[in-house]
Amino acid sequence: MLDKKDKIFNNLYGLKGKGLKTAKNFGDWTNAKDVILNGKDWILKHVKDSGLRGRGGAGFPTGLKWSFMPSKTEYKPNYLIVNADESEPGTCKDREILRNEPFKLLEGMLYASIAMEVNTAYIYIRGEFYNEFVSLQNAIDECYENNLLGKKILKTDYNLDVYVHRGAGAYICGEESALIESLEGKKGQPRLKPPFPANVGLYGCPTTVSNVETIAVVPAILKRGSEWFAGLGKENNTGTKLFCISGHVNKPCTVEEEMGVDLKELIEKHCGGVLGGWNNLKAVVPGGSSTPLIPASLCNNLAMDFDSLKAVKSGLGTAAVIVMDKSTDIVEAITRFSRFYNHESCGQCTPCREGTGWILKIMKKLCKGTADINDIDKLEDICSQVENHTICALGDAAAWPVQALIRHYRSDLEKRISSSKLVSSAE
Amino acid sequence: MIENKNTKDFEFTKKNLEQVKKIFSKYPDDQKVSAVMPLLDLAMRQIGGWVTESAIKHISSMLNIPFIRAYEVASFYSMFNLEPIGKNFIQICTTTSCWLRGSDNILEVCKKHLNVKNNQTTKDGLFTLKEVECLGACVNAPMVQINDNYYEDLDTESFLNILDSLKEGKKIDIGPQNKKRKGAEPLGSA
Repeated sequence: MLDKKDKIFNNLYGLKGKGLKTAKNFGDWTNAKDVILNGKDWILKHVKDSGLRGRGGAGFPTGLKWSFMPSKTEYKPNYLIVNADESEPGTCKDREILRNEPFKLLEGMLYASIAMEVNTAYIYIRGEFYNEFVSLQNAIDECYENNLLGKKILKTDYNLDVYVHRGAGAYICGEESALIESLEGKKGQPRLKPPFPANVGLYGCPTTVSNVETIAVVPAILKRGSEWFAGLGKENNTGTKLFCISGHVNKPCTVEEEMGVDLKELIEKHCGGVLGGWNNLKAVVPGGSSTPLIPASLCNNLAMDFDSLKAVKSGLGTAAVIVMDKSTDIVEAITRFSRFYNHESCGQCTPCREGTGWILKIMKKLCKGTADINDIDKLEDICSQVENHTICALGDAAAWPVQALIRHYRSDLEKRISSSKLVSSAE
Repeated sequence: MIENKNTKDFEFTKKNLEQVKKIFSKYPDDQKVSAVMPLLDLAMRQIGGWVTESAIKHISSMLNIPFIRAYEVASFYSMFNLEPIGKNFIQICTTTSCWLRGSDNILEVCKKHLNVKNNQTTKDGLFTLKEVECLGACVNAPMVQINDNYYEDLDTESFLNILDSLKEGKKIDIGPQNKKRKGAEPLGSA
């Protein structure tokens, strides 16, 4: 369990007050000038050495991503965009940072901007987060008033402007190139890669898009040391992580824990256990709707990190743990995900636009008990035709939960179909 | 999209024109079209929760883009309502995390209490109901969004209480409704 002294987010729930003064009491902006003066190469080295991997779902090494950015030129600025379009079902971790710990994010943005030679940064926040936007904007205003953002920050030569851009209800804008399109005032439809945003991003300029949590832990890494961060968790899965545990637990919550924490420990220590006890667990979705579910039989001694979850054919994703007890109709639970992806497909690529609809149609039949035994194979076939056949990962994300359902519960699905056939023939 | 022929052509109020200036200042001078979403949002707030065709026309001419470029943005994003809505826009999340905690019950009592179907507005124009996908407050499920605010940790009783309070114009606290916690912390930890 994470030691209290190793916590990064000490005011995650906002119970200890708001505003810059409170944040400073918890160490935000302490020694900020020293960090600024240490400069680009020093920041990059420490972020790389910390082993930090992106917290938005894909887990790409952050330092490496930042190092892809070319030096800024006179005719093309570099941009940093913080992805605060948190919309993955189950996920509500960035919300806590935005409303209760915004100064960690803003301080991290300053250091990230120095590392990537950025003077203008945007935060793209999901449109529904209106009150979170207000908290964030207040924090930005306070930083400008105190020379922590704007021109000649803390009397150094460094300038950074930060603007918030509100989304308007489109999950797809969490995909970085769709987000860039949206920020350019267009429909949020992903771009083909290459070129990657580090070369051609916002307004055609070099751009890095990073998740809120990724940026918000950077000040702690730079001030407490990359060795400290790398010493937490496991090799290649370092640091602390925000977990949001929802569904069938006694006390659903968002909590900071060490990377690689045992799933059972996470649920029992922080969430008061599974409803009805650990033996009442049916399955968990470990990292938001896109990650394949894991049945209870694989949940013992399960470390919550990128590589351990990959080993059970799932993933850490956004670390949004959705817990389902034995009363759950697992087919219905996954059907709700299928409905989500069908609703959120941007319509650009045919396999996803059409496939998510077909997947939903068959999933609904399975729920109602009107499916045919061949429908399971058909569903699998459709999933395989959507997966890897689209510009962005939304198609994959729509296929994975359904594929996992079939992989782990095929016999249940078959039983369900044959028993509903029996009922209908008896009628 | 509905266009009310009796209304005058849309224009931003003087106060909102100040906001427009602020919005434009966020983007480079040659990239003003980035402002299309914030301008649509501002227009929606001025009109009362939805955008008219003349508002979209006005915004497209402000940005010097064809009407269709602004309209395709307005129709792509789910938060831009292209038809009138009630004074209180109730959006009930029924994606998996909320569903596991009983969001279907919230949806059902809402329909029954207000006597509306999904995507309908009550006859008195006070409420519009919409079933929506994940709103990102999953550890506080089930939850609903009403206009700009989230109401969380609901049960049918606390939800009906919110509806009645809104009807009577009474003030209600936003956030968790079970009075046991303030946000996303585990119950009993504060």
